[in-house]
Amino acid sequence: MTEVNQINHHLTDGLLMAYSAGTLPEGFGLVVATHVSMCDECRARAASFDALGGAVLETSAGPEAAMPAHSLTQTLERIRAGRPSAANEPRPATGGVFPAPLAAYVGGDLDRVKWRSYGIGLKQRILPVARGSSVRLLYIPAGMAVPDHGHRGTELTLVLQGAFRDETDRFGRGDIEVANEDLEHTPIAEEGAACICLAATDAPLRFTGLLPRLAQPFLRI
Amino acid sequence: MTNAEGEQCEWAQHLYMVRDNKDEAAFAALFEHFAPRIKSFLMKSGADAGTAEECAQDVMASVWQKAHLFDPARAGVATWVFTIARNRSIDLLRRQRRPEPQELGWGPVAEPDQADALALQQESNQLNLALKALPVKQRKLIERAYFGDLTHSEIAEETGLPLGTIKSRIRLALERLRHGLG
Repeated sequence: MTEVNQINHHLTDGLLMAYSAGTLPEGFGLVVATHVSMCDECRARAASFDALGGAVLETSAGPEAAMPAHSLTQTLERIRAGRPSAANEPRPATGGVFPAPLAAYVGGDLDRVKWRSYGIGLKQRILPVARGSSVRLLYIPAGMAVPDHGHRGTELTLVLQGAFRDETDRFGRGDIEVANEDLEHTPIAEEGAACICLAATDAPLRFTGLLPRLAQPFLRI
Repeated sequence: MTNAEGEQCEWAQHLYMVRDNKDEAAFAALFEHFAPRIKSFLMKSGADAGTAEECAQDVMASVWQKAHLFDPARAGVATWVFTIARNRSIDLLRRQRRPEPQELGWGPVAEPDQADALALQQESNQLNLALKALPVKQRKLIERAYFGDLTHSEIAEETGLPLGTIKSRIRLALERLRHGLG
């Protein structure tokens, strides 16, 4: 087992299939890769969607697909020239709080995060990804509630440390909440350790209260 | 074993010949089979012919260079080639990074179990046959997801996707993977 704790909330088929197809925005891809690093079940499901991708590749060839006559020779020349292929290899496990794909974006583990504080104990760090989504680390002090908010688009929240509860259930380390437009929720960090989450959205959050709305431009969420 | 069932096993043999002997004839056979498929896949994903050809060459060069990383107990040859092509196209066509899950903490990979490897290659063939046997409408939907015509939320909303059929087909492979991971 990758992790000893029980993971109860998993990725959806839609996210896993799009991740396998390579069509997820980068921020979502980071959350999926981080969850899969902690969850054997979703790793196996991801592998099965890769197998489906392999079957689509295997069965997709039409007359337009013929390669030019010289292309094999060119490829062999390329191989002989030893031009290294650029490909991302899986990284070894870190042994820290952050699984390898997240640690690569942060430049280290939890102790390396350059948090920005928002006075009330809530901290966040936005991670650099391509357009189409935004992704950030959230630090929610034990017992604190994140302002009541709804969503346009989809919001993924993956717990890395501690736990939170909202109107739907409890989420502990490795659990992922997939929230869509229907969900208005108020996540509350459990007592005990601070709750640290990786959260991604493909659209700005919309807050229902006035104060959070004022804070929104500063939080950039 | 029928031809169709044996196809993926045959490609695995070709890959071993590339890995162990730098066998150009074996590579030529892999190229002839997979390069047009990669090109077609990329064109259906929105690439123009020139870019798709360039990318297909690049992917096939990676197949040569990474042949030692192919693990027949974990993926069919077509699946493995697909993952290389997908990563290259994200890089090349979408100019994004694809975060990869961390590798499993297995340490040095032991010699893969022959029976597991054979079973997985055969299951990959059966999945190909199952995909071909789907009603055209359902098959097109799956293809649209892989060619990037459906977003993750469209996939979630799409009721015509035969994920149940596909899942029952790949259940065995899935159980095997789970077993291997557990």
